[in-house]
Amino acid sequence: MNSLDRLEAHSVHILREAYREFKSLVMLWSIGKDSTVLLWLARKAFFGHVPFPLMHVDTHFKVPEMITYRDQLALQWHLDMIVGENSPALAARQTYPDGALSRVECCKSLKSEALKHSLDGTWPRKRMDHTLGHLTNEAKPEAFTGVIVGVRADEEGSRSKERTFSARDSQNEWDVGDQPPELWKQYKTDFAPGTHVRVHPLLDWTELNIWEYIDRESIPIISLYFDQGKGKRYRSLGCYPCTTPVDSTAKNVPDIIAELRGGKFTNIAERSGREQDKEDGGGLETLRRGGYM
Amino acid sequence: MSKSHQHEQISIVMAGHVDHGKSTVIGRLLAETGALPQGKLEQVRAQCRRNAKPFEYAFLLDALKDEQAQGITIDVARCFFKTAQRRYILIDAPGHIEFLKNMITGASRAEAALLVIDAKEGIRENTKRHGYMMSMLGLRQLTVLVNKMDLVNYDEAVFERIRKDYTEFLARLQIHPVSFIPVSGMQGDNIAAGTGAMPWYKGPTVLEQIDRFQTSRFPDTLPFRLPVQDIYKFTEQDDDRRIVAGTIETGSIAVGDAVVFQPSGKSSRIRSVEYFKGPAKIRASAGEASGFTLDTQLYIKPGEWMVRADEPALQVGTRLRVNLFWMNRAPMICGKTYKLKLGALRSTVKLVEILAVLDAAEIGVDSAKQQVDRHDVAEVILETPKPVAFDLIGDIEQTGRLVIVDNFEIAGAGIILAKAETVATTSETPLLDPAGAHGNTSKFAVSIIALSGVDNPDSPALKRLISQNAIVTMKTMGEGGGEPASLETVFKLLKQQGFILDYQI
Ligand SMILES: Nc1nc2c(ncn2[C@@H]2O[C@H](COP(=O)(O)OP(=O)(O)O)[C@@H](O)[C@H]2O)c(=O)[nH]1
Ligand SMILES: [Mg+2]
Repeated sequence: MNSLDRLEAHSVHILREAYREFKSLVMLWSIGKDSTVLLWLARKAFFGHVPFPLMHVDTHFKVPEMITYRDQLALQWHLDMIVGENSPALAARQTYPDGALSRVECCKSLKSEALKHSLDGTWPRKRMDHTLGHLTNEAKPEAFTGVIVGVRADEEGSRSKERTFSARDSQNEWDVGDQPPELWKQYKTDFAPGTHVRVHPLLDWTELNIWEYIDRESIPIISLYFDQGKGKRYRSLGCYPCTTPVDSTAKNVPDIIAELRGGKFTNIAERSGREQDKEDGGGLETLRRGGYM
Repeated sequence: MSKSHQHEQISIVMAGHVDHGKSTVIGRLLAETGALPQGKLEQVRAQCRRNAKPFEYAFLLDALKDEQAQGITIDVARCFFKTAQRRYILIDAPGHIEFLKNMITGASRAEAALLVIDAKEGIRENTKRHGYMMSMLGLRQLTVLVNKMDLVNYDEAVFERIRKDYTEFLARLQIHPVSFIPVSGMQGDNIAAGTGAMPWYKGPTVLEQIDRFQTSRFPDTLPFRLPVQDIYKFTEQDDDRRIVAGTIETGSIAVGDAVVFQPSGKSSRIRSVEYFKGPAKIRASAGEASGFTLDTQLYIKPGEWMVRADEPALQVGTRLRVNLFWMNRAPMICGKTYKLKLGALRSTVKLVEILAVLDAAEIGVDSAKQQVDRHDVAEVILETPKPVAFDLIGDIEQTGRLVIVDNFEIAGAGIILAKAETVATTSETPLLDPAGAHGNTSKFAVSIIALSGVDNPDSPALKRLISQNAIVTMKTMGEGGGEPASLETVFKLLKQQGFILDYQI
């Protein structure tokens, strides 16, 4: 087994463990490369099926292609897809692009808040109707207690401290200093009632591993990651007002791999195009303590 | 560089007493292998200037705000770098005793360890404790870095004394370190490059040493062991496969192989190896997160083991002698019920006896203790309500391990030393007619023994059966996938049919 085989087996094991242990399980799907690899791994784990719903939080500031790609794949792969959003904030134009909030505040509202209330089922959600071929309002949004998330340890400092199974209390807070042990293949899978659990099957993957795996498995990836001829591409996908494309002429997956292996991006952080990380010296960490993924 | 090398990756944990310089050494390694994100070093230097603190390489790792405030590594941080040889994951484990469970988390997924000792302070409590933990976790590839050599004038005598003392200590734990390297994380001596400061040292630098570490091989030549994680039947899109899924711990298996499930004793044959996307497979081996369909429809539950009928089976019993390390604040108490996780099995378990409590730092023995306290290592007897299947650590390391859950937390980790004497519930005299004319005799006998949990390993009858590769098979007992018949029904039936001479329950 080479290191991609090992990473795959490790993640599949974790996904199966999560599926075995949690009754109300959901996987977050940001449409980006990491969570799409995660989705692919779920199909590996469950032999072509994805036996739990996927949730996408729509900030309405996503590049439109992301939404098209999302719906296409959901239909093609028979995914049970749920979409949540912070509609009151969007209706009242309480956002950063509208000039009402700082970037970090906007993330908190359109992502963290929307996610929290979509997960606990207290806000209205939409769900893909496979007979109609589009999203419809969900009749009775259920609450999820297990959430599978595609964060990687190499993304930034606080993510490098994550456990595979990580408890968040009812306030969605994270106690970084006091985390359960994980050893051999045994993870913390017992939780007091009411605890929310995040499952992180991709912690050990690097950005390069992700691209090598996409290449090996021919996973369909959204074209925003590739240069369309203007010498620019996205390295990390977020909302368009806060994510700048990088200068790059990588037109396909092998080009990106070459770029990461020895080219211009070897030493530049992946999230360097994400502006919210730069606010207050530790923007992402502050966000994550408050429930951001 | 060959393609396989490009993909090779190894994880290394840093261990050692608090403040002996683990984070500093890692920070150095990252900086000198060019692994830091552009601007990171400058950013941390600038932050230090703003806060009027001297710059520390350790700050690079201690990325979280809490840590910089307290100056200690709270949790396991992973960092990535590469050499011309391969890629590395370095796990920075905290040295503070409060965070031992974090150190264990880090060490349990590593293939090698670098243990740091402060040349000036010498061997301390956690230097020893971490050595002990590594031996328990099965981490045998260890290099010791004698750090802060700059503080002892790069004196060879200081280095040699530490090397001698710690080598002796580790020898008692059956650990034989690969090497000792005198370094200064702060000055960069012997980290990525050699140094003029210690001409007496002729060995490798840290970077050269880790390039020589060996990646762990998957143990595919040991007997096959699959902890059954789940059984899937996804009916969507007319899928009618019933798939036994799990990650193979050891050994290998192929389509057509006869298999046995333990402890239930049911048996079948591998019909197919299931895999989503990719070429069809007829074989699967250690390390793979696999899936199988069987020739027959069996009622088996997650938590059982699937083994090969032509290979040695696991032990089955209710009493396990275990070497256990306890991590929870609340002590482990005799008579209290806990949850056991062993492979894919979950069971309740009781601590029934404490044989000895070892102090991990001193490796002294305290046999008078009545409970296992936090950070103690104890030899204990655990008892499960029903027979469970397991290997002994001396036979198969990967499947001779367990964890204990208390109050929702993994509170204890243990290695199984032996099967403890069972209180016999049935006769220990051979149950079968040794000269039985029925070809199936041996198979039934083993299944009963396994089911009743009294398989005395010294029973000559059992030994003979095992040497004949007897198979546990309960198929004829509970046809159609129903629950296995009660022990008494089984015995009665077998006696009626003349398979066994007599039985007692
Ligand atoms: N003089 C000297 N100080 C060092 C050396 N390595 C680490 N230190 C200092 O020792 C202290 C603890 O180091 P740190 O890396 O945080 O230790 P850790 O707790 O093992 O991670 C820091 O103040 C370092 O600057 C060294 O080689 N020489
Ligand atoms: Mg440290």
